[in-house]
Amino acid sequence: MAVTRETAATVRDIEQYKYGFVTDIESDMAPKGLNEDTIRFISAKKNEPDWMLESRLKAYRHWLTLADEEPTWAKLHYPKINYQDSYYYAAPKQAKLASLDEVDPKLLETYKKLGIPLLEQQMLAGVAVDAVFDSVSVATTYKKKLQEMGVIFSPISEAVHKHPDLVKKYLGSVVPYTDNFFATLNAAVFTDGSFVYIPKGLRCPMELSTYFRINEKNTGQFERTLIIADEGSYVSYLEGCTAPQRDENQLHAAVVELIALDDAEIKYSTVQNWFPGDADGKGGIYNFVTKRAACRGRNSKVMWTQVETGSAITWKYPSCILQGDNSSGEFYSVAITNNHQQADTGTKMIHLGKNTRSKIISKGISAGHADNTYRGLVRIGAKADGARNYTQCDSLLIGSTCGAHTVPYIETRNPTARTEHEATTSKISEDQLFYCMQRGMTQEEAVSLIVNGFCKEVLQTLPMEFAVEAQKLVGISLEGSVG
Amino acid sequence: MALLEIKNLHVSVGDREILKGINLSLNGGEVHAVMGPNGTGKSTLSNVIAGRAGYDVTQGEVLLDGKDVFAMAADERARAGIFLAFQYPVEIPGVSTSSFLKTAINAKRRAAGQKEIDAMEFLKLVKAKTKALGMADDMIKRPLNVGFSGGEKKRAEVLQMTLLEPRVAILDETDSGLDIDALKVVSDGVNALRREDRAFLVITHYQRLLDYIVPDHVHVLVNGRIAASGGKELALELEAEGYAKYQGAAA
Repeated sequence: MAVTRETAATVRDIEQYKYGFVTDIESDMAPKGLNEDTIRFISAKKNEPDWMLESRLKAYRHWLTLADEEPTWAKLHYPKINYQDSYYYAAPKQAKLASLDEVDPKLLETYKKLGIPLLEQQMLAGVAVDAVFDSVSVATTYKKKLQEMGVIFSPISEAVHKHPDLVKKYLGSVVPYTDNFFATLNAAVFTDGSFVYIPKGLRCPMELSTYFRINEKNTGQFERTLIIADEGSYVSYLEGCTAPQRDENQLHAAVVELIALDDAEIKYSTVQNWFPGDADGKGGIYNFVTKRAACRGRNSKVMWTQVETGSAITWKYPSCILQGDNSSGEFYSVAITNNHQQADTGTKMIHLGKNTRSKIISKGISAGHADNTYRGLVRIGAKADGARNYTQCDSLLIGSTCGAHTVPYIETRNPTARTEHEATTSKISEDQLFYCMQRGMTQEEAVSLIVNGFCKEVLQTLPMEFAVEAQKLVGISLEGSVG
Repeated sequence: MALLEIKNLHVSVGDREILKGINLSLNGGEVHAVMGPNGTGKSTLSNVIAGRAGYDVTQGEVLLDGKDVFAMAADERARAGIFLAFQYPVEIPGVSTSSFLKTAINAKRRAAGQKEIDAMEFLKLVKAKTKALGMADDMIKRPLNVGFSGGEKKRAEVLQMTLLEPRVAILDETDSGLDIDALKVVSDGVNALRREDRAFLVITHYQRLLDYIVPDHVHVLVNGRIAASGGKELALELEAEGYAKYQGAAA
């Protein structure tokens, strides 16, 4: 009996994180550890121009001065990270590709298993995909079609060569290399990521998406994404992330910069499902990410939606700098922590322009022994006449050994500004569970249904194709959380 | 074999014994009413059969089609055909009534090895049933029970009962909080479900409901025991004379 139960539990563990497999593929790797040679190695691998190498080295030298400035203010507990104990570059060994058909079948198989078809005949209709495997982009679909419309969607390593002016002008313009410990590290060692440019007046008819996959052991992933929406344009972008199930912790420190010019709109959705560690808190990704949007133009708009179900540790505050008059920023977040996961996540809305608006809807769900913190800043500058913010933070607790915390900061320097903050904390009640089960649902179905209801406002902002997947993910992440 | 058999059921909450040896036998096609004063164990009886946590069954058994109900979890009981219409239906914020109904129907179908209900078929089915219950069309779009009036909540319970087609339906004080018009609609809904292979256990404080849902058998539950059983006339007698004489006898 006990053995059966154990087997059942093992099977459930495996099913719970179905992305935990490892692809057996030969990798080209940088020597372990971090020094100037590592950075030269990465830059050489990417065949980068001198200005790029220089900017990496400048960031690295600055990072060395930050040894004591690794952020500790978040409500997160983890042993000190040894930055010399990681690989900073890993790429599947493969010659340069002329077309998608030449991609290693093992890689194609990997993405297929993840539900992301890359081959022409299987592509997702209406979604262009950039697939990043460890440190390099392995494939980008629909490239040609996008090119015809003037959209640039490419690995950032390629953009450095093909569009140096755009990269030089915008890279680091929203998140400078001095921004914070992890962003500085990223500026020194970033390996790949996506670059998007939407030309003036174009409503990009396709969803653009990037799937990040960490495969190698002891490897950090440091991707860099840069999206520029020129005047009057619109783009919807989605990123997904998974990693194999491993016993050791792996570092992921990404930087994402968005720039919206006059009348432009960017919708950025994330479904983050890095390996969360096992039920005892062993393994899992350390996710330290800096995401920031600049609403530079008049009437520009940026909308962040994030569904955070993975990672052992999440430290992430997708933010908006509302510079342009009448610009607006929205942040919709679902953060689920189960077992021993910890999340400290939220947003910053910096109102600088007149009549700028922001809206924050945060849903935190905590189960097991997990801790979930919403941390948000709403700052209204002296010139931001008529600025408005609405913030709603709801926390849902499952069981009695988890924690939910809400830490809102509001700073207003303009008397005409209006800010609103609402917060609730609730538990899934026995009554709700019993009611659902009395209608024939299993306990897990009941939890999934109730939690999906709790997150509905956020999930419905996701693009249709991904909303269903996200709903399922919400249920799966909380399996075994009750009883 | 009776459809639902309750044998010598003893139930405690903490140190207190609430049910002290209940025997009831419900056959297909029958409606049994259980009446009694407040705090006498009526809700305990319905909750224990449905599988709510917090009750200790110290003796006795409940059999559905001869199968031990207490060996099943609450959801298994539901899928086996036990339905409880709640006295206080629970709010599920953010979950539309229609997606709740669909999830429930599919849970049952899956357990029976059937395929999930088709979206169009589901809508057609629900539309027909809501109309019969005098419910507004948009009600199924609203989050389940959130902001529903007393009458709407009870209609929604009957709607669920209709769609889930139980073997045994337990109505726990379904008449509470209903005005006379709503009471009539809800009762009509229940009456429409009466079938040869289905039994009802109607739990109520007042005789009023039984004017509309006419029982075959009436049982008086006092202090955790069935103090008397009879036909529908017993309900009228209780209405006229109250529970005093049974309370004396049971004490």
